[in-house]
Amino acid sequence: MNFEFSEDQKLVQKTARDYLAEHSGLEVCRAVLESSKPYDSGLWKGAAEMGWLGAAVPEQYGGAGLGYLELVLIAEEVGRALAPIPFSSSVYLATEALLLAGSELQRKKYLPRLCSGELIGTFAFAEGASDLLDPEFVSTRFDAGRLSGEKVPVPDGDSAGLAVVLAKDAKGAPCLALADLGASGVTRTSLESFDPSRSQARLRFEGVTAELLGDAGKGFQIFERVLDRAAVMMAFEQLGAAQRALEITREFTMGRYAFGRPVASFQALKHRMADVYCALELGRSNAYYGAWALSSSAEDLPVAAAGARIAACDAFSLSAEEMIQLHGGVGFTWEYDCHLFYRRAKLLGLALGSAAEWREKLIRRLESRDAA
Amino acid sequence: MDFNDTPEEAAFRARARGWLEKNAEPLDPSKVAPSEMGEREDEATIKSCKAWQAKKADAGWACITWPKEYGGQDATPMQRVIFNQEEAKFRVPPNIYAIGHGMLGPTIMAHGSPEQKKKYVRSMLRGEEVWCQLFSEPAAGSDLAGLRTTATKDGTDWLLNGQKIWSTGAHFCDWGMIVTRTDSNAAKHAGLTYFIVDMRSPGIEVRPIKQINGSSGFNEVFFTNVRVPDSNRLGAVGDGWRVALTTLMNERVAIGAGTGSGRFKDLLRLARQTRRNGRPAIEDSAVRQKLADFYVRSKGLQYTSYRTLSALSRGQTPGPEGSIGKAVGAPLGQQMAAFAVELQGALGALADKASTPQEALWQDAYLGAPGLRIAGGTDEILKNIIAERVLRLPPEIRVDKEKPFRDIPTGNITK
Repeated sequence: MNFEFSEDQKLVQKTARDYLAEHSGLEVCRAVLESSKPYDSGLWKGAAEMGWLGAAVPEQYGGAGLGYLELVLIAEEVGRALAPIPFSSSVYLATEALLLAGSELQRKKYLPRLCSGELIGTFAFAEGASDLLDPEFVSTRFDAGRLSGEKVPVPDGDSAGLAVVLAKDAKGAPCLALADLGASGVTRTSLESFDPSRSQARLRFEGVTAELLGDAGKGFQIFERVLDRAAVMMAFEQLGAAQRALEITREFTMGRYAFGRPVASFQALKHRMADVYCALELGRSNAYYGAWALSSSAEDLPVAAAGARIAACDAFSLSAEEMIQLHGGVGFTWEYDCHLFYRRAKLLGLALGSAAEWREKLIRRLESRDAA
Repeated sequence: MDFNDTPEEAAFRARARGWLEKNAEPLDPSKVAPSEMGEREDEATIKSCKAWQAKKADAGWACITWPKEYGGQDATPMQRVIFNQEEAKFRVPPNIYAIGHGMLGPTIMAHGSPEQKKKYVRSMLRGEEVWCQLFSEPAAGSDLAGLRTTATKDGTDWLLNGQKIWSTGAHFCDWGMIVTRTDSNAAKHAGLTYFIVDMRSPGIEVRPIKQINGSSGFNEVFFTNVRVPDSNRLGAVGDGWRVALTTLMNERVAIGAGTGSGRFKDLLRLARQTRRNGRPAIEDSAVRQKLADFYVRSKGLQYTSYRTLSALSRGQTPGPEGSIGKAVGAPLGQQMAAFAVELQGALGALADKASTPQEALWQDAYLGAPGLRIAGGTDEILKNIIAERVLRLPPEIRVDKEKPFRDIPTGNITK
């Protein structure tokens, strides 16, 4: 048993951390949040040049040919910096869907451009509130090579050039379609995001030409498998951000004095920060197991992914809420960075389905694992 | 990163399993494993414990991480965990040596003289003698350094007077390791000295304490002019706190990888057996949400202990991060037990083994749970440790640190 990352993998992480510390300070996230820019294009270009977008993509498709253990550590650093780029949409979702279900032709056509960053991908699955546990909510139709319907919200839907779309075919069976979002028949509407550093959009498709991705009728299964893989990667992003939030909170409370001493010396605050630490460590450990399952294609990945997501959602939401509380009044101001974390925690906590949905998924998966 | 055994670990596991299969009866995995928390062992049980320990010692499976010169195997912490995992699958006597092997033996090996090591360590490994810890007192639990039992020089011996409390197993132990105050004029931490005491000495009185669950696993131990030779002193006079810290540090090394996840399987089975809203409870959405939360936290603890083990295996000393296991695990155990008893509906009000699901295991667990949140470091002390030593937040304000011990206020406890 060895539950640690290798020195080489940690070096990839350190390189990413150093780069983002220099190019993606929290003011960069804030700049996107306060403007109408959907993302920071300079940072996106930098991420591509660093090879991060194709970290887990084989070299023959234009990737760096590393692996998932490296990718999750990069994801952790992207989270730590609250980097305002479409990393999760393009890398965890669109790229993964192509690796998982794309034909050789589709992979050759799209992956190199996704890895170079010239093409931004996303996955359009939600249609309003959407109970993601069942394909019933899907009404978008993919019929005779054409997509019709509405997807909302679509993460990075206003910046993406490519979307994997969850739809139903003429027989009503779930399927996935690959759509060029620059094609005619696509209407995009930017929507105000709860976390404006990460954009959201409504996409309307009216007879848009698209290609089938993966086997017909298998759309929902592929969708769930992509979500599992994305959940593990996103867990690391969530934990990186949650860890940063705790560090900032610690630094603030050490410098803030009340009654003649740092507020960090009051036991109530010490214990609350200890609670955040414990939640972070449980999250990290569950995420490590998820990373192992992902990189070794373990049979236990569905359970591991659910555990990673639930633990990371719990840890980040706690860390972000406690961050504001422990900052006192200034934590509630626009000027301080606490709300950047508070918003991102909620966004990532819903991005692939809520923790509550994943708890239900986890029990279903434990039941079928026991039955096996 | 790999959650599976390495080839060496797999080979070791196979060897361990092979020996256990030949020498012990496997547990029935479908049956619930009873809790041993705070049980008071009788003579017959102690005899069987000693027999099993001797058997393991003869075959080289006792205290395998201890040096070969004492009968150990110089094994790695990971190998110890693997052996413990395999042993847990068999019907074996309860472990009355946890304190001795986990904490006291390592203390003697770290601080003992060559004579002391020769005299005590091998027989401790073989389980011939059982050891207890005599640390806490009525006035000194979380504030252990506030202890008041004295050791006064009398010729070449020491005379011990005072009282210890919560001493597990003191009623059947042969030897104890005790921290005493040898200088009340010095500051709290500076006037302490550590001794090995023969529990059969005249002047020692052991009285059982009845716990809220009815068991009497631990005791009050009274010392009236108990004579201890200076050759039983461990470490220098006045150096007792440093030796005590070694004992307490080893508590963290005793990691129980996998505790909790076994209980989850029992909980899942209970949810299938009981009913809620006209259907099996496991089909109820609120129950499923709760179960998932318990699963994720239990597994989180298990995987965290694996990460600590990885660090150990690489030769790193376990840090205060180890506190997380108990800080999270103990309250979690109470929450799971409370939930499980609630699932039983009206039957949860019974403790009768024949009439309740899973032989009242959860009722027992719920009664035992508060003890786990207090013993071996309370929830609150552990959070202080995490806050101060991991997060490096400021320490608590101490009003007694530099004062001579005799000047420290004591509240209601009579001097």
